[in-house]
Amino acid sequence: MSQTLKIGVDVGGTNTDAVLLRGREVLAEHKAPTSADVGTGIVRALRDVLAQAQAPADQIAGVMIGTTHFTNAFVEGKELSRVGILRLAAPATLSVRPLADWPQHLIEVVGGHAEIVNGGYNYDGRPINPIDHTQIRRTAREFRARGVRAVAISSVFAPVNNSQEEEAARIVSEELPGVKLTLSSELGRIGLIERENAAIMNSALLGMAQRVVGSFRQALVDLGIRAPFFISQNDGTMLAPESVVRFPVLTFASGPTNSMRGAAFLSGASDALVMDIGGTTTDAGALVNGFPRESSIAVDIGGVRTNFRMPDILSIGLGGGSLVVADGGRVRVGPQSVGYRILTEALVFGGSRLTATDIAVAAGYAQIGDRGRVSHLDKKLVAAAVEEIHRLAEEALDRMKTSAAPARVVLVGGGSVLIHRDLSGVAELTVPRQAGVANAIGAAIAQVSGEVDRIFSYDKLGRDQALEEARAEAVRGAVGAGAAADTVNVVDVEELPLQYLPGSAVRIRVKAVGDLALGEA
Amino acid sequence: MKIGLDDVEDLARGAAILGTGGGGDPYIGSLMLRQAIRDHGPVDLIDVEALGDEDFAVPFAMMGAPTVLVEKLPNGGEMVAALRAMERYRREQARAILCAEIGGINALLPLVLAVRCGLPVVDGDGMGRAFPQLQMVTYHIFGVPAAPLVMTDEYSNAVLFECASAYDVERLSRSLVVAMGGGANICLYPMHGRDAKRSMVRKTISLALGLGRTVREARRSSGDPLGALLAFLRTTPYYQHCRVLFEGKTLDLLRETKAGWALGRVVIDGTGSCAGRRLEVQFQNEHLVAREGDRVRAIVPDLIAVLDAATAEPITTEALKYGQRVRLLGISAAPIMRSDAALAVFGPQAFGLPYPFTPVETLNPGGSG
Repeated sequence: MSQTLKIGVDVGGTNTDAVLLRGREVLAEHKAPTSADVGTGIVRALRDVLAQAQAPADQIAGVMIGTTHFTNAFVEGKELSRVGILRLAAPATLSVRPLADWPQHLIEVVGGHAEIVNGGYNYDGRPINPIDHTQIRRTAREFRARGVRAVAISSVFAPVNNSQEEEAARIVSEELPGVKLTLSSELGRIGLIERENAAIMNSALLGMAQRVVGSFRQALVDLGIRAPFFISQNDGTMLAPESVVRFPVLTFASGPTNSMRGAAFLSGASDALVMDIGGTTTDAGALVNGFPRESSIAVDIGGVRTNFRMPDILSIGLGGGSLVVADGGRVRVGPQSVGYRILTEALVFGGSRLTATDIAVAAGYAQIGDRGRVSHLDKKLVAAAVEEIHRLAEEALDRMKTSAAPARVVLVGGGSVLIHRDLSGVAELTVPRQAGVANAIGAAIAQVSGEVDRIFSYDKLGRDQALEEARAEAVRGAVGAGAAADTVNVVDVEELPLQYLPGSAVRIRVKAVGDLALGEA
Repeated sequence: MKIGLDDVEDLARGAAILGTGGGGDPYIGSLMLRQAIRDHGPVDLIDVEALGDEDFAVPFAMMGAPTVLVEKLPNGGEMVAALRAMERYRREQARAILCAEIGGINALLPLVLAVRCGLPVVDGDGMGRAFPQLQMVTYHIFGVPAAPLVMTDEYSNAVLFECASAYDVERLSRSLVVAMGGGANICLYPMHGRDAKRSMVRKTISLALGLGRTVREARRSSGDPLGALLAFLRTTPYYQHCRVLFEGKTLDLLRETKAGWALGRVVIDGTGSCAGRRLEVQFQNEHLVAREGDRVRAIVPDLIAVLDAATAEPITTEALKYGQRVRLLGISAAPIMRSDAALAVFGPQAFGLPYPFTPVETLNPGGSG
């Protein structure tokens, strides 16, 4: 099945990109503005790449979709459900109520009703309190009375023991048949507030996830594609639609990840810096073992603190649409940008704003639009702007480097035309031929993963056995998510010893990934 | 002076800088303080001179593993229970709450307790930074007994320790913390105004607020937060000797746990004016010593802060990772923390380091400031 046909789609805020791949070969590519209803744009993109490649729809083995839809919906507070929040923790944690740090506009949209009831565990699995069925039933009835149909359940040290959360879920479902539920333990990671926030965000998106996934499914049916489809998550791996319907938050920030994975694929580099230059911003990141290096700090999404696995990305205000302004003796490029209006506002397209793209055309190294419209530009201004563009890129790369040694750099994105000469500190600069659709390619080639993040006792198990258990659990997770068992590898193992605790309690994180088992059923 | 909702973020950031890599992430503390201020009003911060010599004042802190605290947050009532048990045992009513450790989360928690009890907090602490053990405070150096110590858990179970030595208080209470789930609330070093006046590192709460505010304002005015931070430190009574010891990228990171301590070291590869040089920072929860080869650049109890090179955001030892662009600050400790008696308790030898204490300004005479 090495000649399997796959389609990758990236639905961004500005453009919807698509590619059709056979094995490692890109047969067709498509780029067009994103449609207001998402589905129409996807149908158009799929139809276009199928036509270009003259591939029959029933020959497609899989469709991989990356989308910023859920992230944008959350940040903008659109189409979210009100969420009932049940925290199993009392008497602990009363000093910080749920939603404590959320922006007011999101509290108004998402905040249903919150209760902290008996429950929770200590780090060693000893219960803080048993759960109290009467309290939980009373809370569930309160949710019902307030018209809440989505619920998030959290508990202290749920990553160590999730049985209280599961028991509470069962009770809530009895009182609220058909309720949409998220358990904090399903989203992993130590850090009660961040994990609870993730569970609340997820429950708020569940209703929308069903509609969006339904519209994706319908788009494929309309085109006669019977292959399974997947949606990319933020670590560069894939989720089956059944998982997205349950865990839409896992798709957050998958865009930059897809670009980086696409860059790795197109360039063949597994360890390199990647710079994705778009219309308004440039995202710089680092590939390690073919995957984006993850950020180790808490990430705010729409002003809400989470502990999602997110790629470590540096965004700077440099893109094809960046405005160029002469300011006294120096020239500034960005961060203001004409964005998607570049096709009407840039000089080379007959507009009246001087953009970074105009500079690249005037300097003679990019062929875009009407060059005659920039021939009047002052040569000194153009030269200074070219310098500034390259300086900004060099600075961003330097900040992402992990050593002083010159790095390998892969340049992708529509704005990659802005760079034309060697950059300092760079050993090798690659601009792949399909740089403009690297994100869709990244979606198309994504693998599936399993992850573990729990506290283990080295005194009880011994280090070797604890690591072995964690690895095995991560591998099982990857296979459960659809990976072909013989392709699964452990790509990341992290041990974090816990301070001030006896028994050698160690937090272990393991991630395993493998190739999707496509068309082998 | 009142500390309100708008001050919490500044105080938390300032406390993290003074945490010198440890002290616990103040984030949870700032959430607790915001809720307490919303429920009970702003915190009253008073000068130690406003305390009467006979006024009873009690320091409060949390003790235990930072990882436990990010899961099992306090309920708040157990903090009050610790104070009440202390008051009952001593048959005195507290007039003020004291801070024991300005570095990290324990800068914020005494304010949570104070506002819940309607008491003021005295502006100052017992470290001017963060340290890992209970005897490592100026209160101990100046002869204030650590005991009685009251420890409470989330059920408000209270246990009281009476020990002659601060070291015994540390050893025995540490084992109870484990039985209480790895994190517990403590009141200790109960004292009167006259003792507070002679043993406190003064004004450190308002200094932490000033540090945080300086960084925030410098970022907003798109200026140079690190430069602003140095300028502010130079106006302060203790921290005026401050140096940018090094700039570079974190290169190599080694961590291990021994007897519950987070030990390790990080190697920083020089960039910019430090290109071609390497510096190593050794830590035990907090940063202990910064060395270039055999040359010591700063050593405990002077403060060693690792800050993000661009934003001046402090980076804790737990958040250290490969490839971060950092600047290393060496900052003088308060003079009362550099006495022979103080160095015997929290100087280099107390941490098993083979170097004598030398002030950061002596080690780096030509440095800026």
